[in-house]
Amino acid sequence: MSTKVPVDRRAFLKSAAVTGAAALVAGRGSATAEQSPPSAPATAPIAPRESDPSGVVDVLTTDRPGGDFMVDVIKTLNFDYIAANPGSSFRGIHESIINYGGNRAPEFITCCHEESSVAMSQGYFKIEGKPMAVLVHGTVGLQHAAMAIYNAYCDRVPVYVLAGNTIDATMRRPGVEWDHSVQDAAAMVRDYTKWDDLPASLPHFAESAVRAYKIAMTPPMMPVLVVIDGGLQEDPVSPEVKARLRIPKLTLARAPQGDSGSVAEAARLLVAAENPVIVADRAARTPAGMKYLVELAETLQAPVIDQGGRMNFPTRHPLNHTENGRALIANADVILGLELTDFWGTVDAFRDSLVRSSRSITRPGAKLISITAGDLFMKSNYQDIQRYPEVDLAMAADAEATLPSLIEAVKRATSAERRRSFQERGSKLADARQKALDRARADAAYAWDASPISTARLSAELWAQIRNEDWSLVSEVGSVSRWPMRLWTFDKHYQFIGGSGGAGVGYGAPAAVGAALANKKYGRLSVDIQSDGDFMYAPGVWWTAAHHQIPLLAVMHNNRAYHQEVMHLQRMAGRHNRGITRASIGTTIDNPNVNYAKLAEGMGVHAEGPIADPKDLGPAIRRAVEVVKRGEPALVDVATQPR
Amino acid sequence: MKTFAVALAIAAAAGAQIQTPAPAQSRAATPAGNAENGKKLFASDGCYECHGREAQGSTATGPRLAPRPMAFAALSRYVRQPTGQMPPYTSKVVSDADLADIYAFLQSRPEPPPLETIQLLK
Repeated sequence: MSTKVPVDRRAFLKSAAVTGAAALVAGRGSATAEQSPPSAPATAPIAPRESDPSGVVDVLTTDRPGGDFMVDVIKTLNFDYIAANPGSSFRGIHESIINYGGNRAPEFITCCHEESSVAMSQGYFKIEGKPMAVLVHGTVGLQHAAMAIYNAYCDRVPVYVLAGNTIDATMRRPGVEWDHSVQDAAAMVRDYTKWDDLPASLPHFAESAVRAYKIAMTPPMMPVLVVIDGGLQEDPVSPEVKARLRIPKLTLARAPQGDSGSVAEAARLLVAAENPVIVADRAARTPAGMKYLVELAETLQAPVIDQGGRMNFPTRHPLNHTENGRALIANADVILGLELTDFWGTVDAFRDSLVRSSRSITRPGAKLISITAGDLFMKSNYQDIQRYPEVDLAMAADAEATLPSLIEAVKRATSAERRRSFQERGSKLADARQKALDRARADAAYAWDASPISTARLSAELWAQIRNEDWSLVSEVGSVSRWPMRLWTFDKHYQFIGGSGGAGVGYGAPAAVGAALANKKYGRLSVDIQSDGDFMYAPGVWWTAAHHQIPLLAVMHNNRAYHQEVMHLQRMAGRHNRGITRASIGTTIDNPNVNYAKLAEGMGVHAEGPIADPKDLGPAIRRAVEVVKRGEPALVDVATQPR
Repeated sequence: MKTFAVALAIAAAAGAQIQTPAPAQSRAATPAGNAENGKKLFASDGCYECHGREAQGSTATGPRLAPRPMAFAALSRYVRQPTGQMPPYTSKVVSDADLADIYAFLQSRPEPPPLETIQLLK
């Protein structure tokens, strides 16, 4: 039934954006009136004629929808990419991005799942140092995205999410658009986002979009969410709104530094200490952070324990004593924690037994110094905050931003005598480090020829193929017993991106693809040691990698299980004294074994495997590297030992 | 999950001495076992989950047990009454005979190739 309404076109265009709803309501009022029983018999539709009155105009197009202005705003925020699984609640801005915006800066990245979009953004940031935008439905899309947003929140990574929604109930299309609309979209993720807003106008959007970026990028960095109304995206920009449009200037807040008094006190404690230890988790936000940490460690000749939240410290450095971390902490008189996720867990031992127990492992009188932006912002519902750490000096500040002044303070406080003492300490530490490296190589030889392939062999074979390339490991290392950290030489910030943050499985593959997307323009060889359980969460991301020609070498750690959970089940079965032979029920991924190579091939990715003979592994990785160097993703499935 | 992994790492570090040459006395007390059956038990009882299918160990989950396992008496004591993160295995779950077979399997594991023969580890 027609909703054509006689209007004055000029008046309509003038007031369309502001009063469009009212106009359409009026229109629908007329339509409703027309729905009353016809007084005359129904007739067939009459074709329009040239002689139809010119005053009857149905405005069907606009040259300037609100989405275009949103793209103008987004472009000022310097996004290279925007990832999304398409959704009608953001169809307006989607169209503006690809046509008005020319699909450049940002370029639209097609994802098959919102969890992939967000995790890609998380991995991307940790290489590029700036966010990648994400578009989701305010309802079902955000629900899919939620776990990945939580990971990014726990990982202190700024993910920039735009969520479509249709706020005006009278403007919603019947059916699905109602299902995909929500009063308060952000409510679902508000506990694990830093800030959100629901702009009511385009000027409001501009301000909130810029504000969201600034908040996300201020340490502690976290995800933000801006809900974008469908009407704002699609309706024409009226002249009066146009007159109010401006894009605010973005000035990022400087990261907060520790206060001078606390920095001087920390320096005094560190210089006076006989056995200081530096522990770093998410300390090096940028390459500069890694450089500063090396300088501090070398100035003090103090050992560093890299907990791996970021690429903090070169693995072959004589002061990298991560492998001997617990013993060093137990012997330390001063422990400096830099952006630690869990300071309590760093200095305490916890026993997961029938009766859970814990004990401090530090020496009596050991001084604990904490520098973390985590003390500046904390939420209560989700418990990623860990146990309360009892420290002696706490700086609510960004560690990387504080390191330069701490280094200078340490230098000022160091006498010639202390410097000599530091050198002696450093010499002993260097000897111990060399022994640890030798021990790692010797340990790797055990089960060298085993099938399934040992994780040490997998890591060594992979290293042989990439060591002469400009490589970047874009996956975690915990599930392969940290062998890359023990056998490879990591000395650049982009060579490692840390972990998921919240241990939400399904992060690995999309984060690797996102990091590889960031590495692409630098020509780096991105390497993903890909767990099988993680692969299965949202495997469509491999299609995204193929479709967008994202070079990524994935070598599977396929132990055919959610192995962490196998161990948990075994622990329960042992504790309950019921036999442990059934711990595989519900925790393994076999019978049938998944053919990951076929899955990847089906999505356009070069793939080989499963490879179970260690002698076949090196050549397969070499072939895959050649594919990746041509600019495409490749996957080698490897049947591996559990850890 | 992360805590579990960290805790296991602690246990692994604490148990680093678990693989030591058995003293002569303990060797004498080692019961005879069936290595082939021990291999099956090592898998079905889930020992491999933390220690690897060749008992090669992992810094993340459990120490190396073979070749040259610790003395049987010490191993048996630890299996029954672990002090770290390892779950307890009572004789109801793993009998003394089964444990002897597992021990025989550990003893049967070959030495790794000499390091100087492995090009990738040079």
